[in-house]
Amino acid sequence: MSILRLTQAIYDQIRAHGEQTYPHECCGALLGHSMQGGWHVVAAIPAGNTRTDSAHNRYQIAPLELVKIEREARSQGLDIAGFYHSHPDHPAQWSQTDFAEAHWLGCSYVITEVANGKAAVTNSFHLAGASEEEKRFEQETIVLEE
Amino acid sequence: MTINIPTPLRVYAAGSGCATVEAGTVADALKALTDMHPELRKHLFTPEGKVRSFVNLYLNDEDVRYLPAKEETVVTDEDTLSIIPSIAGGD
Repeated sequence: MSILRLTQAIYDQIRAHGEQTYPHECCGALLGHSMQGGWHVVAAIPAGNTRTDSAHNRYQIAPLELVKIEREARSQGLDIAGFYHSHPDHPAQWSQTDFAEAHWLGCSYVITEVANGKAAVTNSFHLAGASEEEKRFEQETIVLEE
Repeated sequence: MTINIPTPLRVYAAGSGCATVEAGTVADALKALTDMHPELRKHLFTPEGKVRSFVNLYLNDEDVRYLPAKEETVVTDEDTLSIIPSIAGGD
């Protein structure tokens, strides 16, 4: 099982974002370094949810916003390690939509259940597989550090 | 020109986060990139040779899909092409 390592502050930030946007889904990018067995995340960058037509159960990050996030990450010597989003009043498990729309192989997808406006369970899933046709989500261990 | 390669595709580009290619158009740049790293081809293109639907191409800050000449848009050495897979989902 792979590992997603991040600080308690970043973990809290991700969960707080889900509470702020409730009952809509929040989303953002995770920046960090690749390490043996997973990612070490050093920053979470909140992004806008462009799915204003169905923001309670869908999210999308505008590609141009992602281009700018990646540009900033590169300038700091960081990689896009993954993404996070919330599931308002829905379990912190990946959905068929999450799977169909997941294309960043090797990256982490963090999902937080926000129940009645409060962050509940947070899980992370590693998008494994060597190609789009072979991809699969594997739950990974979240390791919090000070 | 410079091509930025996203995290998931670097493994197919000898671990590199960017590549410098000589190209006259966006299409030329993609051809040069995939000639340099053939394994990238199937991740960027369908078997019919079209850019995969979830792969976004940005020439500097412009979505190539919406440029008048699309992939035939002329590029210069100073331009940067970003390859950005889409990110979306929901419960």
